[in-house]
Amino acid sequence: MTTTENPAATDTRTITLRVNGREITRTVSTRTTLADFLRDDLDLVSVHLGCEHGVCGCCTVLLDGQSVRSCLMLAVQARGHEVETVESLSADQTDLHPIQEAFAEEHALQCGFCTPAMVLRCKEIIADGRTRTDEEVRREISGILCRCTGYQNIVNAVQNASRRCASTGQEA
Amino acid sequence: MKPPRFLYCDPDTLDAAVALKAQHGFDALMLAGGQSLMPMLNMRLASPGVLIDINGITDLQRVVRTDDVLEIGAGVRQSAIESDEQVHAAVPLLARAVPHIGHVENRHRGTVGGSIAHADGAAELPCIAVTLDAVIVVRGASGEREIPAKDFFQGFLSNACAPDELVVAVRFPVTPAAAGTGFVEVARREGDFALAAAAVQAELDEQSRISRIAVGLAGVAATPVRATAVEDRLTGAAADPDTVAAAAQLAADVVTTGDDLHATAAYRKHLATTVVMRAVLAAVADAEQRTQNGSAS
Repeated sequence: MTTTENPAATDTRTITLRVNGREITRTVSTRTTLADFLRDDLDLVSVHLGCEHGVCGCCTVLLDGQSVRSCLMLAVQARGHEVETVESLSADQTDLHPIQEAFAEEHALQCGFCTPAMVLRCKEIIADGRTRTDEEVRREISGILCRCTGYQNIVNAVQNASRRCASTGQEA
Repeated sequence: MKPPRFLYCDPDTLDAAVALKAQHGFDALMLAGGQSLMPMLNMRLASPGVLIDINGITDLQRVVRTDDVLEIGAGVRQSAIESDEQVHAAVPLLARAVPHIGHVENRHRGTVGGSIAHADGAAELPCIAVTLDAVIVVRGASGEREIPAKDFFQGFLSNACAPDELVVAVRFPVTPAAAGTGFVEVARREGDFALAAAAVQAELDEQSRISRIAVGLAGVAATPVRATAVEDRLTGAAADPDTVAAAAQLAADVVTTGDDLHATAAYRKHLATTVVMRAVLAAVADAEQRTQNGSAS
């Protein structure tokens, strides 16, 4: 986890973190972003890179349960933390998570580029109870751009997922 | 769109961070929340030799309230103060302004000190600091300095820190119980930088005239600015909509941002007067509400 003394300034570092429930130890270049680390080193290609400067939100992952832009973090900064990507929601990719079922049912994806980010953000706002109105949902997902502009169906899917999680008692 | 090469270090203590900054000076940049610095690295607008990551310094992550000061450590996340009732009670303007900072994904990482040090003239926290006459605490090799917010922001993305100094905390004066606050921002889209934003804190006398008022603006100049002409006009004045609207016209004079991609200078001046008018009226309504609640209890 954290060190007790200050290590020298370096351009590589060995880090240990949890990703989708698994403990991972890797040596990384310190300039590698968390997004590139997840995609290139761990093959978690649901992390989509649109703009790489924090505008599009498609690289959103959950860091200790909170949505963050993984292009605006260095991989080395995730050491000791827990990272979730959308791959964690459905282990075999056939038995879908209720949020994924809701997105499919509501046709909440067109090209699919923003979908992993939207699904993770949906998971967080359901857990936080921030889905009381469509207006609230729109505000809460405003940090992720859908260039297909299919926002209405995404809002419908978030509300659908919220109902599914409430009725089954399943945590989002 | 990848960061350039740099040497990375992550000191555990403030003393170690200060020593590293003193050692490397202008060649080192502090990495706090990274919501402004990381885009600058990715776009190669910044290429420091050394990056000093201060996220592991727990001394920078405290919020301390005394009777008249709320001190927020530089490393405190914006989303943490957004949900902190103690902060809302002590400095209500922060509660109003923080939800306007970027998107929640940015606020989960972005820090109070990082936004202050970045010194963006369109950013919310520097505007609140200037409006409330906050004090920026910086530390360098020769010790700590307290810099009034009005002297801290020196120009476009420029602050008053020496090469060996870093921001360690921001001290906001605790808002008087009867004071009302208002914050109004206009942006192209939810989460975008302010085309213009106004922050207002106002107190009323027994005749419901404005006895004290502070009016700050973001997005209209290289630094956050106070609309002192509006403050002077409204101090001692009745708080009716016509008086406020007339005084708000004076806010156009502090707008120095010219035509840019997002707005013409004329439109920004128009927006400045509009957000000032709305924020003053909101602050007055809030003060009236607080006075009623205070006398009822």
